[in-house]
Amino acid sequence: MAVEIDTSAFTEEAYELLSELEDSLLELEESPEDQELIGRVFRAMHTIKGSGAMFGFDDVAEFTHNVETVFDLARNGTIPITKDLIDLTLGARDQIRAMLDAAAGGNAADGANAARIIAGLRALTPGADGSPPAAAKSAAGKPAEKEDAGPHTFRIRFKPHGDIFANGTNPILLLDELRELGDVRLIPFLDDLPHSLAEIDPERCYVSWEIFLTTEQGENAIQDVFIFVEDECDLNVRMVDRSEALAEDGPDKRLGDILVERGDVDPEVLEEVMQPLGERLVRSGLVNKGKVEAALTEQQIIKEKRESKKQQAAAQSVKVPSDKLDHLVDLVGELVTVQARLNQTSATLNDHDLQLIAEEVERLTGELRDNTMSIRMLAIGSTFNKFKRLVRDLSKELGKQIEMTTAGAETELDKTVIDQLNDPLIHIIRNSIDHGIEPPDGRSAAGKPSVGRIHLSAEHSGANVLIKVTDDGRGLDAEKLKRKAIEKGQLAPDAELTDKEAFQLIFGAGFSTAEKITNVSGRGVGMDVVRKSIDALRGAIDVQSELGQGTTITLKLPLTLAIIEGLLVKIQSEFFVLPLAAVEECVELTREDVSATHGRHVINVRGSIVPYIRIRDRFEVEGDPPEVEQIVIAEVDEKRVGFVVDDVIGQHQTVIKGLGKTFQNSEEFSGATILGDGTVALILDLQKMVRFVEDQEHVEAGISG
Amino acid sequence: MAKTIMTVDDSSSVRQMVGLTLKGAGYNVVEGVDGQDALNKLKANPVDMVITDLNMPNMDGITLIRELRALPAFKFTPIVMLTTESQANRKADGKSAGATGWIVKPFKPAQLLGVIKKVLG
Repeated sequence: MAVEIDTSAFTEEAYELLSELEDSLLELEESPEDQELIGRVFRAMHTIKGSGAMFGFDDVAEFTHNVETVFDLARNGTIPITKDLIDLTLGARDQIRAMLDAAAGGNAADGANAARIIAGLRALTPGADGSPPAAAKSAAGKPAEKEDAGPHTFRIRFKPHGDIFANGTNPILLLDELRELGDVRLIPFLDDLPHSLAEIDPERCYVSWEIFLTTEQGENAIQDVFIFVEDECDLNVRMVDRSEALAEDGPDKRLGDILVERGDVDPEVLEEVMQPLGERLVRSGLVNKGKVEAALTEQQIIKEKRESKKQQAAAQSVKVPSDKLDHLVDLVGELVTVQARLNQTSATLNDHDLQLIAEEVERLTGELRDNTMSIRMLAIGSTFNKFKRLVRDLSKELGKQIEMTTAGAETELDKTVIDQLNDPLIHIIRNSIDHGIEPPDGRSAAGKPSVGRIHLSAEHSGANVLIKVTDDGRGLDAEKLKRKAIEKGQLAPDAELTDKEAFQLIFGAGFSTAEKITNVSGRGVGMDVVRKSIDALRGAIDVQSELGQGTTITLKLPLTLAIIEGLLVKIQSEFFVLPLAAVEECVELTREDVSATHGRHVINVRGSIVPYIRIRDRFEVEGDPPEVEQIVIAEVDEKRVGFVVDDVIGQHQTVIKGLGKTFQNSEEFSGATILGDGTVALILDLQKMVRFVEDQEHVEAGISG
Repeated sequence: MAKTIMTVDDSSSVRQMVGLTLKGAGYNVVEGVDGQDALNKLKANPVDMVITDLNMPNMDGITLIRELRALPAFKFTPIVMLTTESQANRKADGKSAGATGWIVKPFKPAQLLGVIKKVLG
C-alpha cells in the first residue's frame, strides 16, 4: 500500500527539534551532570532518527543513528560528557540541518564532514571498533529463511503460559495468523483445565495447542508469528516431513514410534504396553494360551480371506460407452416382456417341462435385470462436484460469499436420471444464488453470517431419491409471488392460495420476481423448465420456504426409469399396475365394511382409519364389483391410502412404456406395460391420483360450504 | 464497528504517519502527545488498542504501559510499543511492564498493520 505523506511535517518538526537540541547541548555544557538535559538531547536525536527513516530521509536517519549510539553511552554513564563530545554533537546537529536543507533543495551536504564527525565520536567510545551497527530488523518483516522448495508440514506445539492474557495477547489471533500461512490442522489440549469450576480463573489460559501446518513458508515465518509471546509460552516448531524421512522406503511410522520420538512416552513404558494383547491376557490369567493361539489363527485366516477377496474386487473395470448400456437395458426390457409371455403360455399349456424352463428363465431374467440396472446406477457425487465450481464462479460474479456443502454424494441413481437432472439442478442453484442468498451487507443487516450457505443433499426414500437444495437466504415471499402472478394474469385477482400453493407459482412459465435481470437469472426462464424436466423424470418438486430464513427445494425422483417392480391388479377385465415399492399391504373390503362406514370411503385397518379410492369409480369401469373387493394400501405422500380393486393378481416386473403424445395429459398414469398375453396394463401414478381426488373434494367442500 | 486505536508519541510527524496509516485501514485514531497526556485521555475514554513510543517527556512509554495495565479497563487491551533496534533491553522492560508486542522503528505502513492484525485481530 502506498501512503502519500507530506514530508513538510517532518522537516518542520526536525528544524524545531534541532534548535531544541542546540539549546540543550549548550545548557549541558554548563551542567554536564544534568540527567534531565541528557535525556532531552537523546530524545531529540531519537525522534529525528525515527521519523526521518519513516519519511524517507534515510541518510539523516543513518547519520543520526551513529551520533545517538555514542550519546546513548553518555546517557548511561559509560563515557563522560566532555567538551569534545558536545562540540562533535553540535557539529552533528549542523550536519543534520545541512542534510535537511539539501533535501529541501539547498546545497548538497558535505559528506566528508559527516564522516569526520562520526569518526570523532567513535574515537570517544571505549574499545571502539568502528564496525557499523547491525542492520535494522523489524518484528513483522524478517525475511523467511530459504528452505528446500515445496510446502512442508510443521508440527507446532504452542502452550501459552497461564498469564498470557495479562499482556493483552489473544492466542486465537496467533492461530488465525498461522492459518494464513497455509493449511492448518489443530488439536487443542485441555488437560490443564482445573477439575472443578470453582478453581477456574477466567483470566488465565488453560488451553494449549498442537498445530500441524503445511506451508510454503520456512520455520522463521512461523517463529515470527509467535515473536511477541516468546517469553509467555512454550513453543516448539519442528518440520515433520523432512525429505529424508519421506524418502525412506520402509513402512509408515508406527504410532508408538511417533509418540516416543515426540517425547510423549518413555520407550520402556511403550515396550510394556506394546506387548501383544494375547500375551497380556495370558499373563493376567484371563484366558489360557491355547485359546489365544486359536483366536490368532482365526484372525489370520480371516485376514487371508479378506486379502484374496480384495484382490478379486480390485480386478480391472471396463469403460463402456453409455449408449451400449442403454441398448442393453432396452433388450432386457424386451426380454422381461417375453419372459412374462412364456410364463403365461406355459401355464396355459400346462406342460410340466415347459413350466420348468419358464421358471428358470424367469429367475435368470430377474437377475439379468437387476444386474443391468445396477450397472447403470451411478453415485450422484460427481454431479454435486460440478456444482461446487458453479457456486464458486457465480457467487464471485455476483459479489456474494457462498459456501456450498453436500451430503449423500454416494447416493446411487440411474444414469439417465442423473443426466437429466443436471439442468434442473443448475437452474435451482442459480436461483438460490441470485435471488435467495443476499449480498454480504444485506446478510449482516439481517443478523446472519456474511457467508451464505447452500446445502445439496441426496438420500434414498423407498423407491425414490430425494434431492434437496437448501439455502439460508431471504426466502420466498408468498404475497409478492401472488401479486406478481396476478399482474402477469396467471392468477385470478381473487384467488385464495396457501403459501405452499403460492410457492408453486415460481414454476409458471415466464415468471420472475427479480427486480433486475442479471446474467445469472431473472429472465423468467428456468423454473418452468425445471418443472418440465422433473415431470419428464416422473418426479415431483416440493418447495418449502420461510421468509428471511431460506428456501428448500426438494426433488423426488424415481431410482430408475426403465423397469419397476409392480403389483398387477384387475378391475373387471382391465389390468392396472401399482408401483410395488409404495404398496404396504392388501386387505379385503366386504359389503358389510362399506355399510359400516355409511358409504364414507374409509376403512378401519387394525385400529387406524385409512381412506380409500375406488379405482372402478374413478375410471368409470363398467360392470358390478364382486362381493368381496380388495384394497391395496399404499404409502402416498407419507400418508396411507387404499386403492380398491376387484382382484390382486400378483407381483409383476413392469417394463415401462411411454403413453405417447396422445395421452400425455392423462396425469394419473405414469405409463403402460405389456403383459404376457399382449394385454396392455396402465401403470398408476398413485401420488397424482390422490392429489386429483383431494382437489376434487376441496372443490366439492367449497361448493357445499 | 471500527476499532479505536490511540497512538502516543511526542513527535507529531510520527503521530501523523501512524494516524494516516491507521485511518487508511479503517481504524479510528486518537492521539496522545506523551505518556501523561495519553493516560489522562485513556482514563476518560478507553480504546481497543494503544501504540506508544517509549522515549517521551513527562511520562515515558514504559510507565504508561504499567499505569494502563493497573486499570481494569486496560487489563487485556493490546499495547504495542515503538522501539528502536538499539533498545533490546527496553523491549524486555516493556514486556515486563505488560506490553503485548513491539514495532521496531523505522517501519513501513504494511508492517504496522501486520502487527495490529496480530494483536487486535
